[in-house]
Amino acid sequence: MSGSLSRLRAALLRLPGLGSPVWAGRPLSQAAAAGEAGASGGDGGSGGSRDEVERLVRAHPVVVFMKGSPAQPLCGFSNAVVQILRMHGVSDYRAYDVLQDSDLRQGIKNYSNWPTIPQVYLSGEFVGGCDILLQMHQNGDLVEELKKLGIRSALLDAEQDQDKK
Amino acid sequence: MEKPVESSIRSKLQQSLEPIHLEVINESHMHAVPRGSETHFRVAVASIRFEGMSLIQRHRLVNQILQEELAGPVHALSIQAKTLQQWQENPSLGQSPP
Repeated sequence: MSGSLSRLRAALLRLPGLGSPVWAGRPLSQAAAAGEAGASGGDGGSGGSRDEVERLVRAHPVVVFMKGSPAQPLCGFSNAVVQILRMHGVSDYRAYDVLQDSDLRQGIKNYSNWPTIPQVYLSGEFVGGCDILLQMHQNGDLVEELKKLGIRSALLDAEQDQDKK
Repeated sequence: MEKPVESSIRSKLQQSLEPIHLEVINESHMHAVPRGSETHFRVAVASIRFEGMSLIQRHRLVNQILQEELAGPVHALSIQAKTLQQWQENPSLGQSPP
């Protein structure tokens, strides 16, 4: 696994926006109990009730609860999730920034009984955080799970291109 | 007792999972926290207890064992949970991002 892991890391590092400052410099990544107060600006009103969270989880086939936005992740682990999805060509997904909504931040942890952010949901089902998505990427499960959603992973096309050459 | 959190993580995992292999790595120095902090950890556990469990079940088990730490001092926990067979096939620990 370490081989594929380092390959992924190398691939991730080649992608724009994923320099070491993002990885190394951000505190509270994949945070459980964070010191920073989340609700600054943002909608603030989505609330953290189970019904409300359920609605968000089911709002799209691919949903990510993260810190920051896909364009500007504010945590290395959230960034890794964004980059993995990008490698698979998944551009159409719903991302919620829990730093914009402290109720949601706690609500999603309660909903999934999972202590950390990011959290990934496929078809409304909790899949895991960064570690699990990374391992699913490595062992091929992610390609299969995306297929179930009718999403063809871009990595398959990349492999085909390789074969042609 | 310079590393109370690390010690506690180690002993709890040791006790609950009786691992074949256990690594607890304090990665706090890679983050913007004061020197000597115990906030960011990576654990690699290989245990026969994980046999037949999905990844998510294994992670849930580790999270549950360390729930006090996660609710308190620990801000980030990266987990690698392997079965005996997986560990024997590939006895290595993934490295943290640079």
